[in-house]
Parts: sequence; C-alpha cells; structure tokens
Amino acid sequence: MNELAPPRQILDQDWRRVLQFGGLCALALVFIALIGMPVQLDTRILIRRHLSLGYLSLIWIPIIMGYLVSKELVLEGIISAKKGPRDLLTGALTGMIGGAGLSLLAVLINNYNLRDPLLNWSPQTLEQLNFGNGIGFGIGIWLLIGAALGIFGSALHVLPALTAKAVGTALLAVILVSILETAITDLLQGFRLTFVTDSLYAKRGGLSVVSTIVLIVFVMLVTVLAAGQGEALREKYDALDEPKRKSTNLTLSFTGVIILLLLPLFLGKIMNELLANVGLFVLLALGLNIVVGLAGILDLGYVAFFAVGGYTTAVLTSPNSPWISPELHFGIVILIVIVAAAIVGLAVGAPVIRMRGDYLAIVTLGFGEIIRLLFLSDWLAPYFGGAQGITNIPPVDLGFAEVKGSDPRSVFYLVIFFCAVAIYVSWRLQGSRLGRAWMAIREDEKVAEAMGINTVNAKLMAFVVGAILASFSGAVFAAKVGSIFPSSFLILVSIIILVVVIVGGMGNITGVIVGAVVLIGVLGGPKQPGLLQELGTFKLLIYGALLIFMMLKRPEGLVPNARRSHELHQEEFLQDAWLKGIVDDDDEEEVTA
Amino acid sequence: MSPVMSIRDLTVSFGGLNALSDLNFHVDEGEIVSVIGPNGAGKTTFFNLITGLVEPNSGDILFEGESILGLDPYQVTEIGIARTFQNVRLFPNMTVLENVMVAQHCRTHQHAFGALLQTKAFRKEEREIRERAEEVLSFFGTRLIGYRLDQPAFVLSYANRRRLEIARAMATQPRLLLLDEPVAGMNPKESVELTNLIGRLRSEWGFTIVMIEHDMGVVRDVSDRVVVLDHGVTIAQGSYEEVSNDPQVIEAYLGRPAQDAS
Ligand SMILES: Nc1ncnc2c1ncn2[C@@H]1O[C@H](COP(=O)(O)OP(=O)(O)OP(=O)(O)O)[C@@H](O)[C@H]1O
Ligand SMILES: [Mg+2]
Repeated sequence: MNELAPPRQILDQDWRRVLQFGGLCALALVFIALIGMPVQLDTRILIRRHLSLGYLSLIWIPIIMGYLVSKELVLEGIISAKKGPRDLLTGALTGMIGGAGLSLLAVLINNYNLRDPLLNWSPQTLEQLNFGNGIGFGIGIWLLIGAALGIFGSALHVLPALTAKAVGTALLAVILVSILETAITDLLQGFRLTFVTDSLYAKRGGLSVVSTIVLIVFVMLVTVLAAGQGEALREKYDALDEPKRKSTNLTLSFTGVIILLLLPLFLGKIMNELLANVGLFVLLALGLNIVVGLAGILDLGYVAFFAVGGYTTAVLTSPNSPWISPELHFGIVILIVIVAAAIVGLAVGAPVIRMRGDYLAIVTLGFGEIIRLLFLSDWLAPYFGGAQGITNIPPVDLGFAEVKGSDPRSVFYLVIFFCAVAIYVSWRLQGSRLGRAWMAIREDEKVAEAMGINTVNAKLMAFVVGAILASFSGAVFAAKVGSIFPSSFLILVSIIILVVVIVGGMGNITGVIVGAVVLIGVLGGPKQPGLLQELGTFKLLIYGALLIFMMLKRPEGLVPNARRSHELHQEEFLQDAWLKGIVDDDDEEEVTA
Repeated sequence: MSPVMSIRDLTVSFGGLNALSDLNFHVDEGEIVSVIGPNGAGKTTFFNLITGLVEPNSGDILFEGESILGLDPYQVTEIGIARTFQNVRLFPNMTVLENVMVAQHCRTHQHAFGALLQTKAFRKEEREIRERAEEVLSFFGTRLIGYRLDQPAFVLSYANRRRLEIARAMATQPRLLLLDEPVAGMNPKESVELTNLIGRLRSEWGFTIVMIEHDMGVVRDVSDRVVVLDHGVTIAQGSYEEVSNDPQVIEAYLGRPAQDAS
C-alpha cells in the first residue's frame, strides 16, 4: 500500500474538473429528462412510494459523477492525498451543478413553451421534476438531491474500503432485486415460497420500505462477513493442478447445466417465454460469433439467414403456405433448412467475401435488407405471402411432446438443444485446422494467403456455418410464433445480435452467451420484451449507449477472449510480461555477451 | 540439371516507375542465390512477383518447368514456394506454436466434419501437425520451444520473430525458400548463427534458397551465386568475388562501403 499524504485543504479544489464533471452531469440529466425517460418509466415502481424507475433514470447520474470526479489516477511515484472532507465537497459541488441543470430546466419549462421541437417539454415533465409541489420546491430540491447524491458518490472513496464495498453492494442488490421483481416472484412461486415474495414486495409492485431496509442490512452483513472469501476460493482454485482443475471445471459446468435444465420447471409462463427468447438470441449470437469473432468477417446482414430458416420452415410445414405445402415433419424440415441456409450463405457470400472490412460490412448490410424486401415483395408474394406472411405454422411434434408457442417451456428445451449443438460446433471448429485458418485470416489476411490458406474458401466456410446456426434459430422461431412476416426480420435484429456479441466478448463462447443472457434478458430483443419491458423504445438508446461505453472502456467485452484482449492491450500485456520476467530479451543478452 | 525456377524477361512498373525491367534469372536445385542491390532496387518486388502478390506487365516465371503466372498466392505456396517478409509479418496474437501449425494448412486436409465428429483421421492429423511444428521450431535450438510455444508471437524479440518467420515458411514444406533480409536487425553474433542455419536449411532440409540480403558478410558466407539489381536491372551476376569486384556494382553502391549498405 502506498504511503498517503495528509488530506488536502477543503477549498483546495480542482475547480476546472468540478465544473467539467458538473457540466457533464447537468447535460446528462437534462438530456434524460427531455427524452422523456423519467415520465415514461415512472409507472414502474422499484421501492413503493419512494423510488420509481423514472427517478432512478435520473439519480444514478450524480452518484456516478460524484464517484468519478473524486477518483484520482494513481500513478507510480506520485503520492496521492488521503481522501477527506475536501473530496466530499468536490462530489457535492459536482452533484449540485448537475441538480442545478434540472432546476434550470424546470424554470424554463415553467416559463417558455418549446413543446414543438421538444415533445417532452411538457407539464408532466415539470410535475415530475417538482415532485408535484410547485416550481419553487422543484428548484430547491434538485439542488439538494444533486448535492446529496454527489456526496454519496464521492463518499465511496472516503469510507474505509470494506464499508464502501458493503454500501455499494447493498445498493446494487436493492436495484437488482427491485428490477428483477417479475423474475424473482415467478421463481419463488415455482418453489412454493410465495410468502417470501409477499413480504419482500408491496402488493402493487415494488419493494416495501421495510424490506428495502432489511435487504440493505442483510447484504451489508453478508458482504462484510464474506469479505476475502471470494479471493480465497479463487486462490484455492488457482493452486489446483491441471487434472484437478479440469475435474472441478467439469463438475461446475455439469451442475450449471443441470440447474439450467431444471430451472424452467419452476418458472411460470412469462419467465419461460423470456428464457426461450434469450435462447433464440444465444443461438444467433453463437452463429454470428463464428463469422465475426473467429473469422473476422463483419457481417451486418446476418438476419437474412434467420429469415431463411424461418421461411423455409414456414413453407414446408404450414398448411396455409401459398406456394407448396408439403406439411413435412420438423425433423426433415431441419435438414432442408440446413441445405437452404448453406445455399443462401454461399450465394450471398461468394460475391462479397473477397471484399475487405468496411466494404464487406456495407454490402452485407444491403444483402440483409434485400432478402427481407424480397420476402415482402409482390413479386414473391405467391410463394412467401408478401406482407401477410405465412400463418398457421404447426407445433413441432417430437413424439413424446409438442413444442408450441403457447408452451414456452417446450420451446426453451428445443432452443437449448440447438444452442448445445452451436456450442459444440464453435468449440470443435475453433480448435481445428479450419479454426486456425480463421484466426490467421483475422490477424492478417494477406499473409494468411501467402502462407497457403485459401482465404476465400475458409471465409465462405465461416459464412456458411454461421448461416446454418442462424437458420436453426429461425426454424425454432417460426415454430414458436406460429406465423412469420417480413417485419420479424428487420435490420435491427442484425445490429442487436452484433451488439450482443461485442458487449459479451467477441470470439469467446462464454462471453457471447453471457452477453445474450444479460442484454436480451434484461433489455429485451428488437421486438421481444425483457425484464425491463417498461423501457420500450428506450431500449435502443440503452443498447447504443452501452455499446459506446464498452468500446471506450472495455473493448474486449464482458468475458473477453484471451487472444483478443492481448490484441487490444498489447502494451499492458508486455509490461506485465516484463514484470514477470518472461519477456523475450535475447537480443540484449547477446549484445552484452 | 534443369533449374527449379527460371524467370524470363520479367518486367513490372508502378505508374511510371520501372521497378523491374527485363529480368532474367534462374536458380538450380540445391543452390543458394543471393539477391543484393541498393534500397529501392526492386528486390522485394521480385519476391512479390514470384509469390503472386504483384502481377507482372510482361515476362514469365517458370517453376519446375511450368508457368506460375496468374496463380493466387496460396496456390504458389501449395506448389512449393515459401517466403518470409522483410518487415516481419507474423500473426502477432497467435502463439508461436499456432503460427507454425497454421502454416501447414496447405499440406493437410481435414475438414469441418472431421473436427465435428472427432474422427480418428482428424486426431491423427492434428497430432502430426503439432509434432511437425515442434520439429520445425526445434531447428532453432531452444529459442522457440519450451514455454515459448504458448506465448503470443508479439512477445518475441525481434531476432526471434525473424526466426519464427523462417520456421513458418519451413512448415509449408516448400522446395524453394525465399528469404527477405533474414538477418536484418540482428546483432553480429546472431547473424553468424543464422548464417549457419541457412546453410543447414539446404544440407539438412533440402531447400533451394533465394535470399535478399544487405549484410555482405552473410552473402559471402552462404551464397553460391550473387545477383545484383539496381533500379530494376540486373547489373552483375556471378560468384561473390566476381560481383564484389565489378566496377558497376561498386558504382551502384556509390562509394558506400558495401558492408553497411543497409
Ligand atoms: N505496390 C507498389 N506500388 C508502388 N510502388 C511500389 C510498390 N512496391 C514497390 N514499389 C516501388 O518499387 C521500387 C522497388 O521497391 P522494392 O521494395 O522492391 O525495393 P527493395 O529493393 O526491396 O528495397 P529495400 O532494400 O529498401 O528493401 C521502390 O521504388 C518502391 O517504392
Ligand atoms: Mg525490400
């Protein structure tokens, strides 16, 4: 631990920094107020009578800003001052400037009318900002709230580490438990533990005040008591030798799979529906991961293959199919779907695969749209039903069970099966001759070719494997929804899957799964609601913001692929290697020798 | 003895610049030929032409009697020509072992199905790829094996990157090896070591070698024959002694001592 200098004088502030962060805070708050988030999300109660999702969309900002403004870059050889009241003031000022932004907004809304360009320049927004108590109250309270939240944020540095951790964790727990209300209620109901839910949540949604306090105390206690246990476990795990570690891994993943397989039995319809949707996107993300993550082909038209799977299934199974309706069994259909996806993959891939980087991205974007527009067109309407789509797709008959949309649990199991296939395929290919060729192409296409790799073939192969996995997802989707329209295959689907892959961790199977579960599960897919279904169209804003944030702060994703994080952090890796003494310094040795 | 590779009247120009004009060249089985010349003489361009990265304006390149013009770079590698790059171009985030394994791509055959079904043939081939990679790497003593095998290539020292490039080229199992300034950036001791290795590449591995090199010491020690290029034209050809006393060559280097022409 570094020696710390005594705390600085309370007024020894870096005023520029305070203004900067305060200004940023104010801008963010006003922006969120003006896009109407607080009003629209006010209906979702998090803590009864005290906190709605609407207000949460505002108050997290000053906390984060307070935390950031009083955080200091720790540099080697520079002695940083001990944190003290001075930093609390920094936080308070930053938060207050932010609050002032909202107060100003309230005053402006009160006196002027800019409703025309700014839809949310409305009495409702004003009401929300005033807490229904008149403009004077509104102005004062936001200054106070801002300052208080700013202090809270900066206090996380001032408090002893363990306390800060406990407080932080408790806060997160409260937010999580209230946000995941539907999921938790559903799960506990499955285990016949309704009394827990009843005492945790108020009747009409949201945590009750008492349970909030209990939760906070409980989580803080657990954090303090369990402090260090995590690291200890980790160390123990690291100390295991190779075969033992492998068997531990195996046991852990086996338990994980068993839990996953049993989980749906305890969940209600809504949660199972959610799981099924998440599964469909996991499948898509795994497929795109092969194309983008392994082979490095930026395919922005990936949804096309999802559509091919969906339409092939619809045409071959639905009695209402306008063209041919052989009403085949799903098992046979899946084989045909594979062939269809491979053909379309080759047809789309062959002309574009020679292009590089940006050009390829743009052309695939175009192809994705073209395929959707073809399905929509009058020209192909006699075959694929145009805008009316194809309806009446029958359930999948497995002999012992039926997979149909009205029974999301069955859909989930079917999806899980295909996900398992996708995981196996990704895993095996990654470690094969083909996988190595993809890696080399991703690193340096020219050199890969000079080393004897037929890059066109290898890339087409990635394209086709990705296409087949996406078409599986499309096939299950068709059977689940029971009808299929061109509007299910918007370009947005491609974009969201790509965001999932990037945020999760490109090139890493676990990462991609985590990405899909977190993003699709919480925020929801393009048309599928997630746990926070109140978000509605703000979902896309959050996807965008998240993507930008990750690109700036953690471009390798939530669960990074080792190779990719080397690539993005070569400098750090080399420094680390230096410290561990494993870096290659042959040259120098020999110069001195 | 018929030449492994022969080149007839090869000409290429970039815009108005004649990078190579009417080049005639041949290399016989088991020969080591050095190509020298001042900066910008067209030496690397010569390699790029052979490996299909650049298309010539006219002329022909014959490898074992057949024209290889118009082949894609990977096909050139497939028929048995491998190269290294002057400005080291490894796959930096792949490990040392993977760099060499991937270079065996064109000599191996297992496809996706083998990998998915984990067939016997697939596992056998994987094992062989790995063994061959380790064999190639151990050609450089202990420098690239042991714990180095699993390090990403970008961690390597400059000299080791050059060695790995050579290992990667060797792994494609070529008949003709093109080395572009293999000792550039190495210290004298390492140069000597690599010079010996180049000799062994011929005697033990049976490669025919064409090498671009600025270091005259190395050129003298290993080459059977030296070709001098200047402004895309062959100005001299012959043994090291003949070439190094040629007045035109001395003039091309413009009084610069040949030893540090780089
Ligand atoms: N792709 C290209 N496009 C345009 N000009 C090129 C290209 N490649 C090479 N040149 C030009 O051709 C000439 C010969 O280049 P080349 O790289 O072959 O020289 P070199 O003999 O390898 O020199 P050095 O000793 O510096 O490596 C140079 O003038 C170079 O600028
Ligand atoms: Mg050169």
